[in-house]
Amino acid sequence: MKLVGTPFRRVDGRAKVTGQTRFADDLTPPRTCFVRLVRSTLPHARIRAIDLEPARRMPGVLAVLTGDDLPIPFGILPVSEDEHALARGKVRYVGEPVVAVAALTEEQADEATRAVRVDYEPLATIASAEEAIATPEPRIHDYGAGGNVHKRVSLEFGDLEAGFAEADVILEDDCFFDGNTHLPIEQHAALAVPEDEGRVTLYSSTQTPHYVHRALAKVLQLPPARIRVVACPNGGGFGGKSDVFGHEIVVARLALELGRPVKITLTREEVFYCHRGRHPVRMHLKTGFRKDGSITAQHLKTLLDGGAYGSYGVASTFYTGALQTVTYNLPRYRFDGLRAFTNKPPCGPKRGHGTPQPRFAFEVHLDKAAHALGLDPAALRLRHLAPAEAVTANWLKLGTVGLGRCIEAVVEGSGWRRRYGKLPYGRGLGLACGAYLCGAGLPIYWNHMPQSGVQILLDRGGGVAVYCGQTEIGQGSDSVLAAIVAEVLGIGLEDVRLCVADTGLTPVDLGSYSSRVTLMAGNAALQAAERARAILAEAAGERLGRDPQSLVFAGGRVFDAAEPEHGLTFAQAVIEAETRNGTLATTGSYVPPRAPGRYKGAGVGPSPTYSYSAAVLEVEVDPATGLYEVLHVWIAHDVGRSINPTLVLGQVEGSVYMGLGEAMMEEQAFRRLPRRLSPALVHKMPSVLEYKSPTFRDMPEITTYLIEDPDPRGPLGAKEVGQGPLLPIPPALANAIFDAVGARIDQVPIHPHMILRALAAQAKGEEPRCGPRAFPAVDFGPTLRVPTPEEGGDGRALGEDRGGTMSRPASGRPAVRHG
Amino acid sequence: MSEPRNVEPAAEASRVTATLRVNGEDHTVVFPVHHTLLEVLREGCGLTGTKHGCELGECGACAVLLDGRPVLSCLVLAAEAAGHEVETVEGLQEGNRLHPLQAAFADLGAAQCGYCTPGILMTAKALLAQNPEPTAEEIEEALAGNLCRCTGYRKIVQAVAWAAAILRGEEERPPEEAFLGSPLPEVRR
Repeated sequence: MKLVGTPFRRVDGRAKVTGQTRFADDLTPPRTCFVRLVRSTLPHARIRAIDLEPARRMPGVLAVLTGDDLPIPFGILPVSEDEHALARGKVRYVGEPVVAVAALTEEQADEATRAVRVDYEPLATIASAEEAIATPEPRIHDYGAGGNVHKRVSLEFGDLEAGFAEADVILEDDCFFDGNTHLPIEQHAALAVPEDEGRVTLYSSTQTPHYVHRALAKVLQLPPARIRVVACPNGGGFGGKSDVFGHEIVVARLALELGRPVKITLTREEVFYCHRGRHPVRMHLKTGFRKDGSITAQHLKTLLDGGAYGSYGVASTFYTGALQTVTYNLPRYRFDGLRAFTNKPPCGPKRGHGTPQPRFAFEVHLDKAAHALGLDPAALRLRHLAPAEAVTANWLKLGTVGLGRCIEAVVEGSGWRRRYGKLPYGRGLGLACGAYLCGAGLPIYWNHMPQSGVQILLDRGGGVAVYCGQTEIGQGSDSVLAAIVAEVLGIGLEDVRLCVADTGLTPVDLGSYSSRVTLMAGNAALQAAERARAILAEAAGERLGRDPQSLVFAGGRVFDAAEPEHGLTFAQAVIEAETRNGTLATTGSYVPPRAPGRYKGAGVGPSPTYSYSAAVLEVEVDPATGLYEVLHVWIAHDVGRSINPTLVLGQVEGSVYMGLGEAMMEEQAFRRLPRRLSPALVHKMPSVLEYKSPTFRDMPEITTYLIEDPDPRGPLGAKEVGQGPLLPIPPALANAIFDAVGARIDQVPIHPHMILRALAAQAKGEEPRCGPRAFPAVDFGPTLRVPTPEEGGDGRALGEDRGGTMSRPASGRPAVRHG
Repeated sequence: MSEPRNVEPAAEASRVTATLRVNGEDHTVVFPVHHTLLEVLREGCGLTGTKHGCELGECGACAVLLDGRPVLSCLVLAAEAAGHEVETVEGLQEGNRLHPLQAAFADLGAAQCGYCTPGILMTAKALLAQNPEPTAEEIEEALAGNLCRCTGYRKIVQAVAWAAAILRGEEERPPEEAFLGSPLPEVRR
């Protein structure tokens, strides 16, 4: 390959360093007016009345909307369409949009929002998942799994008790992973522009223009063909821009009403209220081990604090259990999960979506198991790796598994064998691993259509235009698309022009989530490019008197492999083909392979293949203060094949950074105001200054190893890299702190006072540990029992479907799906 | 964020007219007296390369140079900037040629989403003007007020050091590891 695998400059690099990239807030057409939102000041209250008259009389005000103007609910998952663009009837968290005001200037809109009077009747507030299950009334929503429970899941794969009976050692652990938020530096912005004949175009900082398009059509009651959604390049996403937001619907509605462009840009504080970030999750993990470290059975319980709305929460709940099985041999597995509603901004997908929390639990648990069994933590993992191409106990089909090579690389690189357990007191090494999807196997809404499509147009001048709905959020997806097409056609990147993320012009791609774009849009691009090459080869072969199969596309030429001087320029080949065939265009599409699971709930977890990572962290802990510093991170990531190694490195290092932020400091925390003052439950720190995230000064040295073992399911062998490398970081930190000072911190983020607490316990002869003690009593509902492949199962559950809110569609496919 | 063309005089705050010198060009702009340099650059001058991430001086995305010194344009009144030299990301390249900082950021992947990039480029330019051969630690210290959520910062530090070398007339390309990852260690089983 000429281009793929080399460190070429990203195709949008020049625009990004010159200030030419147009983010959503950089667009302000003539006559744009501006929207500001009135947001709820109470966490849970009925709306008795809203007085809009004073606001309507304010200078510059053009329109005022309330929830009653947009009565149709929406939500990213069809099973939880529980949101309104503006609150209707009641509010469920502080910061929820209630009223929208459009005015000639943003300042006038802001002034007018202050004149809006909302009369609330406060309701009891629910602050945590534990409180939610103990407080069924008042209900935050009138749907879900009863009381304030949104979703219950209980799945048992194989005979768990038999598995525990075979174990030499059974370990049980309780731990907690706190919530945190994406904090993209770009605040969400959206601009709606009315077009001719009742049409509207929305420009938005969204990761999922296709889903926004569907939601707009539903809520505005417009034929989808009259709506166009353009996702501007996102100034960082990390999952935080993958929901449909009320403000996107509000500006579209107002543009149609006012007949002029309408724009909103959120303040930083409002971005904290949009949230959709990492769920706080309580976990209990019980695992049976044989003396050699092999696992006989595992039982995981998770309790998720979902916040006030569904968002991706049903999928998030399944994801806290689904990927436990893809790293090591896990023959029998039970997963119980519950997501509760609370009066806080909704949680959703953040980098790793639902999986960093149980991965933390599992990898710390394995470290403890290694110590209990007298085994080296690296050796224990290497001995029991999940085999490539296997079907797991929960019916996930694996692809290539580069985890062993990842572990070996970081073990060698860090000097693990000579240093682990042998460093002076206060210094330690910790190892952990992870795995992630390369795209969710099923779309969010049920359909049999491609999950990604690409169209290629060939120009007589030799230019190639590539159309694809995929969204560039900084991860480099534009470069992946352009490089694959250029590679197949043997042309330069400068000959490829992209048109992306535009539902009016580009074939559907479902969006930049679940690490799906390289694999899915990449495969669609590969197919479209190969089809174009076949057409060109046919025409060029005829012209040259050569077998099309013998032609090579490289260096902007099409030529005979045996006689390189005998050929045409690429542009000549296009002219030959256009002369014979007429206007030249090809398409490519990608549909993931069907996963083997058939039980209800099997829709979450399948992926065409999985990426793997391993990391070793070196840490220095001051036992007197609990302060610690991460000195070095060695990380290896199994990416299948790098389309561009420099961009892959960037994703790995960015994931390490974000993982360290979560492990060391980031928390989306809330506090109650004193009850005599207010019933409010408020965000503790809705500002960049107070929401601590790592700076330049907080980053350790990083040594990155890219493990390349091309996976035939990926385009040219590529797998994902955007999310997976975050997963090993939090548990590797906890394990390194244990190696340094012998303290077990079973929660994230790890604050110095937690280390001190554990060391104080140690001094008193107690267990040197900080973390939750017991898992709350939780009713996970009836258990669906699914025989494993090893037990001769067929992917289905035993017996009939259990009752509940969701039933299996007639096709026999699982009802819950997506990623 | 920006003012409409059709002014509503009644409730408007008092406006001023000022000439800002930005990237060596004069921009005569009319704006409410309380508007920040950030607002006037983006809305009055149409120079949207300068970004906002918090408008409270917390993230560094809006950094520009005022008489060569990095300032947070969200904390400077536009009126105060009149009579001073303002430099933004749009003025960094020479003609169509990228500044070495820009080229290094683009080639090393030091810009991912690119949203924090303009502020970091300008802050780095000020650093290199003062200190042509900064250590990694000095680069980190100079940029500590700029947040980036994508890169993990390492590539930015490498890119600034690379640009500094080019500006000194050295052709020092970072080691291949910076583009390809570390060579895999030999595995002893």
